[in-house]
Amino acid sequence: MLGRLRQMLIKEFLHVIRDKRARFLLFGPPIIQTLVFGYAATLEIKHVPVAIVDYDNSQASRDLVSRFQASRYFEVRRIADRREIADLIDRDEVTMALQVNSGFARDLGKGETAHLQVIVDASNSNTALVGLGYVNQVAQGFARDFRTAALERQAPALAASLPEIVVERRPWYNPDLTSQWFFVPGVIGNLVLVIVVTLTAFAVVREREIGTLEQIMVTPIRRTEFILGKTIPFFLIGLLDTALISLAGTLWFHVPLTGSFLVLAAGTVCFILCMLGVGLFISTVSATQQQAMVTSFFFIMPAVIFSGFGSPISSMPVFLQRLTYLNPLRYQEVVLRSVYLKGVGFDVLWPQMAAMALIAAVMLTVSVLRFRKSLE
Amino acid sequence: MNGAPPAVVVRDLVKRFGDFVAVDNISLEARPGEIFGFLGPNGAGKSTTIRMLCGLLLPTSGQALVAGLDVAREPERVRQNIGYMSQKFSLYNDLKVIENLRFFAGMYSVPAADLKERIDWAIDMAGLAGREQLLTGTLAAGWKQRLALGCAVLHRPPIVFLDEPTSGVDPISRRLFWELIHRMADDGVTVFVTTHYMDEAEYCNRLVLIDRGRIVASGSPLELKEKSMAGDLLLLECDQVGKALEELQGAPGVTDAAIFGNALHLVVASAQSAIPQVQEFLATRGITVSHIEKIRPSLEDVFVSLTSLNRDRDEGDKGEANRDQGDKRDKGGTKDKGDPTGTAVTDEKKGQP
Repeated sequence: MLGRLRQMLIKEFLHVIRDKRARFLLFGPPIIQTLVFGYAATLEIKHVPVAIVDYDNSQASRDLVSRFQASRYFEVRRIADRREIADLIDRDEVTMALQVNSGFARDLGKGETAHLQVIVDASNSNTALVGLGYVNQVAQGFARDFRTAALERQAPALAASLPEIVVERRPWYNPDLTSQWFFVPGVIGNLVLVIVVTLTAFAVVREREIGTLEQIMVTPIRRTEFILGKTIPFFLIGLLDTALISLAGTLWFHVPLTGSFLVLAAGTVCFILCMLGVGLFISTVSATQQQAMVTSFFFIMPAVIFSGFGSPISSMPVFLQRLTYLNPLRYQEVVLRSVYLKGVGFDVLWPQMAAMALIAAVMLTVSVLRFRKSLE
Repeated sequence: MNGAPPAVVVRDLVKRFGDFVAVDNISLEARPGEIFGFLGPNGAGKSTTIRMLCGLLLPTSGQALVAGLDVAREPERVRQNIGYMSQKFSLYNDLKVIENLRFFAGMYSVPAADLKERIDWAIDMAGLAGREQLLTGTLAAGWKQRLALGCAVLHRPPIVFLDEPTSGVDPISRRLFWELIHRMADDGVTVFVTTHYMDEAEYCNRLVLIDRGRIVASGSPLELKEKSMAGDLLLLECDQVGKALEELQGAPGVTDAAIFGNALHLVVASAQSAIPQVQEFLATRGITVSHIEKIRPSLEDVFVSLTSLNRDRDEGDKGEANRDQGDKRDKGGTKDKGDPTGTAVTDEKKGQP
């Protein structure tokens, strides 16, 4: 029994080592994705290119414009004519355009409402929304300072007694709000998902395609031995990848691993078991490697999107939020980020682990049964 | 070998896939040390039968005993007693020759003491000495085929199933392969082999002809040739072979006509009366006969004759519905008399030395 399993394992590792695609899957995505998410992917919006046309050209309007220029959120470009705006936005040279009409300073001086027109390219609704927020912040800051200055001139005593609220920012777990800290732990889950699911599915389907599956099935090997031989290697590879990316995240991107490695490992084991179940399942519904590829994508895309890896689950429609409870990656993302940044342990994360363990048990049972049947 | 229990016993074996009957009530017995040939057109049910005997498929009904063990009840014990090789030569192309051998030796739990000797034997048999470290995928088909056989018999099984083992290899490799089969049979191994090569069928001790899931004839090659043809066989050489074939198919006294190479084979009730009759018949239609004689039927003739006989009967008693199914199963194989089955067989034969 052990002899056969050992031979299966040797063979599977040889396949992975000799197969270009498997070798790439093993090292390519971890490197690329860690770099991509470490450097490029960010939720922050900085350096929004903005065109400003100032028809008022007053002390007040210049003051307002300089506030935008001083902000690190904007790249300001002065233009002389508002007719340029449409063209600039069409060419993606600017995302927003601000227009200060003449009479801006006059209205302010009279104590009337002064208008600042903001045109925004909302084809990327997220950038538009965030950009509008930044504009609002700058404009409100300007208005507040203008009001305070006016009040100080006219009634200094009253101005001194006006209450104010100062926001004291204390971002826990990620004091500098670095998005890498959010993404690098998260990407571990994505990668393990892609690698374990596709490698497992391919490993079985390839044997079916080339006929060796049948050749193995006429040997006295037990079904259990075969399934173990097909899953243990990818289980180990999943663990190895997790370790690799964690190491890269800690050493290269300095993402602190605050929590216990043991808790992380426990979550990862539950998660990989789920992915093995999914991979085996895909192998039972695919006759060729191409089908396995397509089916894998059917699973991978929604699994990543509905995991909270990028966009928060709480912003999804309630119906979809409920669906995410079926997604193992959803739980693993919580485990990864919580262990990494918050440093919490089993006492907090047991529901996530229990959910993954349950999904793994169901998936593996279904897959193994289907798989056994597909061998008959 | 007489008196020894049969190596393979099949009783009333049936396999249905939905409405389609792939194997229709087959019974047979193979004796130890026998080369047992399973002959039939594509889609006749040969592979399905072998796959049931290996425990890869569950029969719908009936029983199969292999090495005295019921395949349905003790598949794992059966597997220790058989070797199986399919036309795909299912080896791992990305593993080295030696790695494939070690893997299959491991699957069959070849004892450590025997391991080296068995692997050396297989390498020697496949003619791969010195090439142990090559990736299997780089080997030519003939070598792969012999390596696959080596992998399948590392555990010295008493029964070997070969499912079209020689498809896709060159004639010399095929000959070498059949020498290996004979050597195994000499050692007492029962070899159960499917083929649609007629010359290979001649090498078998016993043949079963199967068509549309049913056994249509069985016996030694000689018995089949002597008993199974109704009437005599004529070889006819003439100009305008195509036209001659067309004309002769409805001609009086001619039971069947088929193209064989550049000539025609005709099945007639009696050679004596048919020879002048055919000559005259063709002469009136402007076809010149250059040569006509009575010949001894080859297995190919028997094959064509029996499979078409079976088809006629099938059509007769089961009607259209069944016929449609048969056509689907054939995938363009055996639709009308003598063609394309006859042609396919002929073509394959022409490809041989």
